Amino acid sequence: MSGPALSLRGLVLRFGGLLAVNDLTMEVPRGGIVGLIGPNGAGKTSVFNVVTGFYKPASGYVEFSPQEGPARKITGLPPHEICRAGLARTFQNIRLFGNATAVENVMAGAYVREKSRWWMNILPLFPSAMREEREIRESAAAMLERLGLEKYMDAAASSLPYGAQRRLEIARALSTKPSFLLLDEPAAGMNPQESAELLTFIRNLRDEFSLSILLIEHDMKVVMGVCEHIWVLDQGSLIANGKPDEIKKDPRVIEAYLGKEAANA
Amino acid sequence: MSAERGAKKVRNRFLTVLAIISFAVFLQQAPNLLDGYKIRIMNMIAINAILGLSLNLIYGMAGMFSLGHAGFMAVGAYVSALLILTPAQKTAMWILDPIAPWLLGVHAPFLISILAAGLAAAFFGWLISMPVLRLGGDYLGIATLGFSEILRILITNLTPITNGPLGLKGIPAHTNLRVSYGILLVTLFCTVRLMKSNFGNVIKAVRDDETAARTMGINTFQTRVLAFTIGCFGAGVGGALMGNIITTIDPRMFTINQTYNTLMIVVIGGLGSITGSVVGSVLVTVMLEWLRFVENPIMIGSTQLFLSGKPGMRMVIFSLLLIGVIIFRREGVMGMKEFSWDRLFSFFSRQRGDAA
Repeated sequence: MSGPALSLRGLVLRFGGLLAVNDLTMEVPRGGIVGLIGPNGAGKTSVFNVVTGFYKPASGYVEFSPQEGPARKITGLPPHEICRAGLARTFQNIRLFGNATAVENVMAGAYVREKSRWWMNILPLFPSAMREEREIRESAAAMLERLGLEKYMDAAASSLPYGAQRRLEIARALSTKPSFLLLDEPAAGMNPQESAELLTFIRNLRDEFSLSILLIEHDMKVVMGVCEHIWVLDQGSLIANGKPDEIKKDPRVIEAYLGKEAANA
Repeated sequence: MSAERGAKKVRNRFLTVLAIISFAVFLQQAPNLLDGYKIRIMNMIAINAILGLSLNLIYGMAGMFSLGHAGFMAVGAYVSALLILTPAQKTAMWILDPIAPWLLGVHAPFLISILAAGLAAAFFGWLISMPVLRLGGDYLGIATLGFSEILRILITNLTPITNGPLGLKGIPAHTNLRVSYGILLVTLFCTVRLMKSNFGNVIKAVRDDETAARTMGINTFQTRVLAFTIGCFGAGVGGALMGNIITTIDPRMFTINQTYNTLMIVVIGGLGSITGSVVGSVLVTVMLEWLRFVENPIMIGSTQLFLSGKPGMRMVIFSLLLIGVIIFRREGVMGMKEFSWDRLFSFFSRQRGDAA
């Protein structure tokens, strides 16, 4: 299929007098793994929040083309509609349903695709609803197994080790059956070995679930290792974009990250 | 492993059925074994458990701090009573204002009236949830409290419909052990099934992290409205049962105190625990009755015990107990956990292991 999976056109986001995102135009090709980087406070997470419907942009729009069907504008849709359209995300500061077990977390993620209505499962009168419940439970278990979380199946999500919580959040996002995944700092808090494993993990996810992935990351090893294309934000504006090798050498990027002197050196 | 689990499942189901049957046999025999006062308390335990379960769904499961339960109970109690009372009773009772003519002839059997009571309370719950559930936390508590008071004042002043402050008298005492525990069983069954279904996961997800739930494609507003409405249905049913056991209802029965009672049951039992609400109901109902003895003068030899015999003393002691629970076991008796046979057996085997 042609055309980008996600495109942002002239996005402007203001918080009072603060210009958080300034005329941002970028896109993510279908099946691509794309990075969005920039120093702290550059507006990366704000971009995610606009895409997933939590912030309304002052101007500009976001266009999403799902696996099947034509591209559609998703700006202005509520977050749950955007998820239904096929976008899923994880959070910088892991947001699991802490009191629920791991498998319940994943099952709750699958609810958006559930066809039976809430009252159908009170009395065992609807075979189709009962079958669907069983399928959801089974595929949630399979998803946990796929991400290596089977031993935490019935453990409370908040009691899981940090890395497992990150993976559980991804499992939950995948259970909404997305065609596009937004990862907000997936390597945060991981040791070098874990982040090295993350590279293959992300690539495998993309291939296995035929996803397009946009990720925010500070760990440059991860960004350079996994991303096919990188967009760089600084103070809300796009300052560069290109292949990892080009970004590495780009003086504006070096300046934004390390200051003017480093760029001139 | 899975065969063992299957065997356990069969055993647990067998034990549950056995427990229900033996309790049913006990209820059948209760009128011969217990006096009227104790039977009244038994009934109140069931009604309070229904109320506790419904508030637990709203507060414990869906995380909405609601202080409006008494208002929805009032709606249920009045709807049920107005449907049961005969036209003759109605004409005799309305002395301040004549009764609204359309209401005079409305009549329904007991169980239908209970259902109607639940539906009416659910309707009011749904109505108020639209504007109010956009609020969160304490604001929601204040708004629901306000709405509950509005309902009570409406009932006090809509004399042609509710007989105003005089209330309704002579409601036949339809609520007996069979009815109250039967409805409790249905309530328990529905609550368990609801919370075990994936929609139950969704309700808890909305409570745990609303932002994440919305991102996962859950229409959180709709979910909360639904949970609130179902909870209000339970409040209406509980209120109706209460009216049918006390046989007299008036607006003063449904003040904030009634809400606090139910809230206490939920908090003591454990927020978010279904079995906890039942345990909480037993504890609170029995304690409130049992503590009445301190309101009678307690004599030690020939001197009266300090402060004993003062009316209202049981509430003082009860409040102290409640403070104790909050300090030492904030999660309540059951926490967020549920009673299960497996847990019970492992508890006993641990005890035995310690003793050996």
